[in-house]
Amino acid sequence: METKNSESEYSTEHNENVSHLEESDDEMTAERALQALENAWLNEKFSPELLPHQLELVECMLEQISHMEENLKKLEKGDIRLNIHTMEINRIRFIISSYLRKRLDKIEEYAIYFLSEDANRSSEEAFMTPAETHFAREYVSSVESLFTTLALQHMPRRIKDFELNAMSSKPNLNKHVFIRANKATDGILIPGNMNEQDFKEDSQHIIQYAAIAHLVKNGHVQLI
Amino acid sequence: MFGKEAIKLIHELDQCEEIKPFNEAIFQQVLEEINSLYEQNSKDVSTITETNTAPRNSVIVRHFAMNRNKRCLLTYLYHRLRRLRQIRWELGSILPSEITANLVSAESHWFQAYSKSLATYMRSIGEDGLNIMNDVHPPKSLYIEVRCVQDYGKFEFDDGQIVNLKENTYHLLPRSQCEALIRQGVLEHVSS
Repeated sequence: METKNSESEYSTEHNENVSHLEESDDEMTAERALQALENAWLNEKFSPELLPHQLELVECMLEQISHMEENLKKLEKGDIRLNIHTMEINRIRFIISSYLRKRLDKIEEYAIYFLSEDANRSSEEAFMTPAETHFAREYVSSVESLFTTLALQHMPRRIKDFELNAMSSKPNLNKHVFIRANKATDGILIPGNMNEQDFKEDSQHIIQYAAIAHLVKNGHVQLI
Repeated sequence: MFGKEAIKLIHELDQCEEIKPFNEAIFQQVLEEINSLYEQNSKDVSTITETNTAPRNSVIVRHFAMNRNKRCLLTYLYHRLRRLRQIRWELGSILPSEITANLVSAESHWFQAYSKSLATYMRSIGEDGLNIMNDVHPPKSLYIEVRCVQDYGKFEFDDGQIVNLKENTYHLLPRSQCEALIRQGVLEHVSS
């Protein structure tokens, strides 16, 4: 009986959280934000290239976590809600960390390429957050200074330069990915094949990433 | 034969996953080879005339050998650097002495610079930063059973509780806070 009470309290409190967030951001409820974060995380995990950053989403969820943590401090030790909420916080934090880690992995591997791509975009359209751009620049210059100190400066004049183009590698966009269509989309061109393919809503496919890259970015398909 | 020494560096990377002592001797030898190839080339280039095209072929061969050597050297450096990076993610910003002993000073400098930019990045997330080194595995339960592998002394948790971590004792601890200690090898996760 006691458990049941706590559960109902838990759900009212959860609703309070949601309504609180609605006040501050009327476009997104906590639940939808979490769903959006999970989608962004899966997309980032399976796409070979770096996707546009979701800085606002991440910040919104972090705020939500600290808000929940504040609430938890008010609870007494041994309260069953404490465990449930802490577990939930840990889950969200795992998703955020894993998402950001995955992005850093890609940024390190293709730093030069992403920096040059982002240089052609305006600051609002950049795929990397300002902090990520800063990190990428520092990473490239730290690698450059290591190469120069140990090897390049001892080489003949003509080959001693740190050639950005030669060092830069590109992600393989032709990699095959598993996708699920969120919306019905017609006329997907399969590369190397003149056929067009239509996606029904909720259908699942294996396809080369390059063919659906734009659909991942506008949310019509979800990588799974 | 040109490039014979350089490939040894690559083989060394292949042979083991760990960071071996920096192979200064071979590294220097390859650098010398590059420089001597370059000198011979600059000598030969001036002798090429319209009637005497013979040196051209050897110039080309030397040129390729030179670039291949350069590539091997940079590959060697880059893969050591990536391994070092892996260690940063697994063990944190303090390197164990058995690894620092195998690094040259430029590599240690790189490691510090990398740690620093990583820290700057993590501080920038959210309002008061987020340590993305934590939460490596999806959480299954709040508490996990751990065995203490070495004497660590007292450890204070977020909520102020203090646990005395002595060798060969078993504890049930909050997962989020033991993660770092497990990676450092102080604790061992006992899976039931």
